Amino acid sequence: MKNNKYLILRRITQLSILILFIGANWYEWNILKGNYSTAKVLDIFYLSDPYAVLQTFATGFIIGVDVLIGTLIIVLFYGLIGGRAFCSWVCPMNIVTDTANWLRKKFKMYKENVKVPIKRNMRYWILGLGLVLSAIFGVAAFELVSPVAMLHRGLIFGWGVGLAAVFLVFFFDLFVLQNGWCGYVCPIGGFYSLLNKVSIFKIQHDKDKCTNCNKCLIACPEKQVLIHIIGKESRQITGGECTNCGRCIDVCNDDSLKFSINKFKKFTK
Amino acid sequence: MDTKKKKMASRRDVIRKMFQGAGFLGMGGFAWGAYIDKAKAGELILRPPGAIEKDDFLKACIKCGACVEACPYDTLILAEPGDNKPVGTPYFEPRIIPCEMCPDIPCVPVCPSGALNEESVTSFDEKENKNILDINKAKMGVAVIDEKSCVAFWGIQCDLCYRACPIMDEAISLKYERNERTGKHAFLKPVINKDVCTGCGLCEHACVTERAAIRILPIEIATGKVGDHYIKGWDKKDENRLKKVEDDEQKEDKNNSGTSDKAMDYLNGDWQEIID
Repeated sequence: MKNNKYLILRRITQLSILILFIGANWYEWNILKGNYSTAKVLDIFYLSDPYAVLQTFATGFIIGVDVLIGTLIIVLFYGLIGGRAFCSWVCPMNIVTDTANWLRKKFKMYKENVKVPIKRNMRYWILGLGLVLSAIFGVAAFELVSPVAMLHRGLIFGWGVGLAAVFLVFFFDLFVLQNGWCGYVCPIGGFYSLLNKVSIFKIQHDKDKCTNCNKCLIACPEKQVLIHIIGKESRQITGGECTNCGRCIDVCNDDSLKFSINKFKKFTK
Repeated sequence: MDTKKKKMASRRDVIRKMFQGAGFLGMGGFAWGAYIDKAKAGELILRPPGAIEKDDFLKACIKCGACVEACPYDTLILAEPGDNKPVGTPYFEPRIIPCEMCPDIPCVPVCPSGALNEESVTSFDEKENKNILDINKAKMGVAVIDEKSCVAFWGIQCDLCYRACPIMDEAISLKYERNERTGKHAFLKPVINKDVCTGCGLCEHACVTERAAIRILPIEIATGKVGDHYIKGWDKKDENRLKKVEDDEQKEDKNNSGTSDKAMDYLNGDWQEIID
């Protein structure tokens, strides 16, 4: 039977966070208020998206100290512990893009090969461009177009044209490019990928148990982090773009992949 | 030979790729930039109380929606794409839901980024001997009356805006005037004091006309600005400004010529010498 442990756990954390946000607005809960760029926890301290704060800095505005502390907490948490876990365990857009990906596989959309001339490192260019444009126009550039923020606003304050942006991402992932948004475009994920150097949790691959069934490679949203390792080397997945989603562990029938503690070994690839 | 050819080709490839990449980046930058420019262009936006100056507000607002969540009257809304306002920033439309001017201003202290400045809506309370929030200091906009469509200016008695105003008789007062047309009635014309008006929009919300005859406009749109070189000679405070300018000029003179003499001193001094 197919194991969905991490998928279910991820959905639980994603939805709980979303429900806490919605409850904060509708029923005045104070566990988690705000949105995915800045949220207040228990009315005591803030958590802030470092890329959003970086854009604000690019505009030349010195943001409040509370937000800076919140940014530091997030940077330390993902940098040292979670890695790029925001993308797969927190971000609500992940549910949308995973759905698109699931449909894509279900209806064998990948057979309709659409050539898209973009590479996975485009997200870093967008990240940089976002900062440059923030500086030029004096307003956080990506926050104006972020479908993540629009999805959140739509769910909490009611849908408007923002829904179109969410569908745009959905259709892009479904019809145009597999994992297109999260794996190629989104600079938030790009930022966390760059940050993901020394985090504790890494996925460990055991070559000796692997039967080269390639199920993990089919499931993985960031295949480039696995492709040179699976069936070839027993080592940890150290690529920063790994979201620690655990989907490869779920689909592996051979017990050759598992979460482990970072051993800080240097690898060339 | 073969390998050399390959190398040449790859170098050309690299250059081509660089240009292509730059082209992509430029294209994306222009499209994105054009969108930002358009989203920023909206002028008629009323911000929550305590909002800092327009350009700084756009820089500062982190779009967390804390003010919107705090607002007990659902006055504040976050801009969506298509609203022609910077997406995700808070605003309100007084004709739909005006600001009720809560004395405890729940929307302002929750702002984490400094886009809503608590100090600008705080004043010193002498009775309690401490700083307290003061919504009357808010400057969200300013009410403007279209006298042509205001029925009070027609001579019909309507003082809805006057009565809706939370700072009644100060922000909006009624001016009595004789109605020459009937010869026996009075006009009760609403007059706005721009220094007092907070721009809450309760007047616009209350207005009976089909499209409100009294409306809230952003301050920089509803008001003019006189250049610094105009000085009210009859106003002591304003006159003092002139003194300061003179001081500044003298300082400059000192720096330039090393003398603190005024122009008049120079002329007078010269004459004295000639007479002697």
